[in-house]
Amino acid sequence: MAECKGVMICAELADKKLCAITTELLGIGRILADDLGEELSVLLMGSEVNALSQEHIACGADKVYVVDDPLLESFNSDAYTEVAANICRQVSPSIMLLGQTDMGRDLAPRLAARLGGGLAMDCIDLSIDPETKLMLQTRPVFGGNANAEMITRNARPQMATIRPKTMSALEKDDSRQGEVVAMEAGVDSSIIKARIIETVQEEIEGIKLEEAEVIVTGGRGIGSAEAFEIVRELANVLSAATGATRAACDEGMAPATIQVGQTGKIVGPNLYIAIALSGAVQHLAGCSGSKHIVAINTDPDAHIFKVSEFGIVADYKEVLPPLIEKCKALMAE
Amino acid sequence: MNIIVCIKQVPDPEIPPVKFQIDPEGKKVIPPDGVTPVISVFDERAVEAALKLKDKYKAKVTALTLGPDSAKAVIRHALAMGVDAGVHIQYEAAGELDSFGTAHVLMKAIEKIGDYSLVLCGRQAADWDAGQVGLLIAENLGIPVVTVAKKVDLQDDKLRVESVIQDGYHVMEVSMPALVTVSSEIGLSRLPTGIGIVKAARVKIENLSVEDIGADIPEARCTELIKLYVPVRDIQCQIIEADTVQESAEELAVRLREAKII
Ligand SMILES: Cc1cc2nc3c(=O)[nH]c(=O)nc-3n(C[C@H](O)[C@H](O)[C@H](O)COP(=O)(O)OP(=O)(O)OC[C@H]3O[C@@H](n4cnc5c(N)ncnc54)[C@H](O)[C@@H]3O)c2cc1C
Ligand SMILES: Nc1ncnc2c1ncn2[C@@H]1O[C@H](COP(=O)(O)O)[C@@H](O)[C@H]1O
Repeated sequence: MAECKGVMICAELADKKLCAITTELLGIGRILADDLGEELSVLLMGSEVNALSQEHIACGADKVYVVDDPLLESFNSDAYTEVAANICRQVSPSIMLLGQTDMGRDLAPRLAARLGGGLAMDCIDLSIDPETKLMLQTRPVFGGNANAEMITRNARPQMATIRPKTMSALEKDDSRQGEVVAMEAGVDSSIIKARIIETVQEEIEGIKLEEAEVIVTGGRGIGSAEAFEIVRELANVLSAATGATRAACDEGMAPATIQVGQTGKIVGPNLYIAIALSGAVQHLAGCSGSKHIVAINTDPDAHIFKVSEFGIVADYKEVLPPLIEKCKALMAE
Repeated sequence: MNIIVCIKQVPDPEIPPVKFQIDPEGKKVIPPDGVTPVISVFDERAVEAALKLKDKYKAKVTALTLGPDSAKAVIRHALAMGVDAGVHIQYEAAGELDSFGTAHVLMKAIEKIGDYSLVLCGRQAADWDAGQVGLLIAENLGIPVVTVAKKVDLQDDKLRVESVIQDGYHVMEVSMPALVTVSSEIGLSRLPTGIGIVKAARVKIENLSVEDIGADIPEARCTELIKLYVPVRDIQCQIIEADTVQESAEELAVRLREAKII
């Protein structure tokens, strides 16, 4: 087997722009590569994406492998897996990083299977062990009740996906120099077995959860879809996005698109107001990156109070109307 | 149509966090006293997805698990929900396998069961939250895969799967055999009925060893757990207690404003 060297990240684009996760991957990738004294490269798959190479370099990359092909216009698991595996076989990186996103969740295990690498999903920390030079991968397990530290001793590449918003991007530096290498996709459409025949966008009204500075989230204790309106009302007053727990979504109080948590959206607002939700670890996994958490719950022992800065132990139906009025008044000042 | 659903037994993932305990030396989770392990949540939804297909079309559904003796219980649960058959690959050290080892054994079991059109898995198991095994099985079997499904249906002789993405979903079309991983958006699963439980008790679960299915457990694992710990959270919550709830609510708004949080 050829010697595996270097760190590679798999870039992700949206509307012909680098996704936040790509810059986060470049940020942590740079640190790992520097610790190893090796190169940080990017696998950039897409259609007419050449112009974006320089931006990856500005965000930390030494080298960008560009696979520009109409077939790669948008993410398709079959085509992307095949192309990524081809490129990895040629470049033989020692470490391969992807985002824990729709794309990474799908692509990373398939790629690991094809390359015979080892893989840790949804990591919140990565570092190089100074002695062994192996990548230490930290990931929440049991919904976030515990953290596990994993290594891949012999298999290569050592692969990981990173949880969004857990790694810092670098300051963009347009003067950074790097190399751009064009690669052949080497596949045609016959590779695609699972075909996307339609994409349905379920636009959330108002502010996007991932971008919101303030989020107001309701849990099962809200009781019904009608009762959920008051959660939205508080959100409106605070120019906030509205979130929900899985229990609330399961029971039809809110659409699944606004589920926050380990298997929903990962958010990191300045303020997170958690109403009538217990604070299950799987829920906290999606919002523990919030700067300030406020909880309203009838149960003084609810776990959500353990992670909150401010709390009120009372029925939300009594708390929200005066809270909304007071916030309105204060915001108008 | 034959459907195989892979289901895993896990410690109840929804116990209060205070009850969650680990043995850091052994790098193991200590099962909480008196809490019965359960079928992993997304796997239960995968069973539901299979049963929905069975309700609508003719299908034979087989539940498959890899685990120690106790894992039989999840097969019984699936049978009580309405699946037709159960296969238990009994392996006491199943918990020590990594995703690659697990996927290898399950792949062998699926090949042994044979003649399948669809394999369903959960999007991730509610213990180690890996989210790998379904995709690895598909790669091992060389069949196409669609992930995070919220709907699985047939259209002519193909599968139509709605696959959840960031702000919506893809409608995917794929030939069979294929593997689909199921998410909670598929909807709540049916509860076992009284009749179901009685019927389930009469079904003989096929019990096989890893040798029976010709799986070879790899000695060197791909990924290795080197440390397990409970992260510390050290936030002191200020509970706001005024004379009335209304005053507490107003006080909260004022404090948030003062701290420049709103
Ligand atoms: C693998 C896995 C993944 C998961 N992923 C997610 C995820 O992504 N997101 C997620 O949210 N969950 C997820 N869950 C589910 C999670 O474990 C919990 O079941 C869920 O978060 C509970 O939601 P809840 O807090 O709304 O409901 P509950 O736990 O039922 O809590 C309701 C709370 O409301 C309070 N309450 C009731 N009435 C009132 C009232 N009138 N006023 C004030 N308070 C009131 C109660 O005291 C209680 O604390 C996952 C679970 C598993 C196993
Ligand atoms: N021991 C097992 N027995 C049966 N199915 C399993 C087992 N482990 C994992 N699976 C299946 O693979 C899915 C993903 O598991 P994981 O990759 O461990 O998160 C689960 O939801 C199950 O459907």
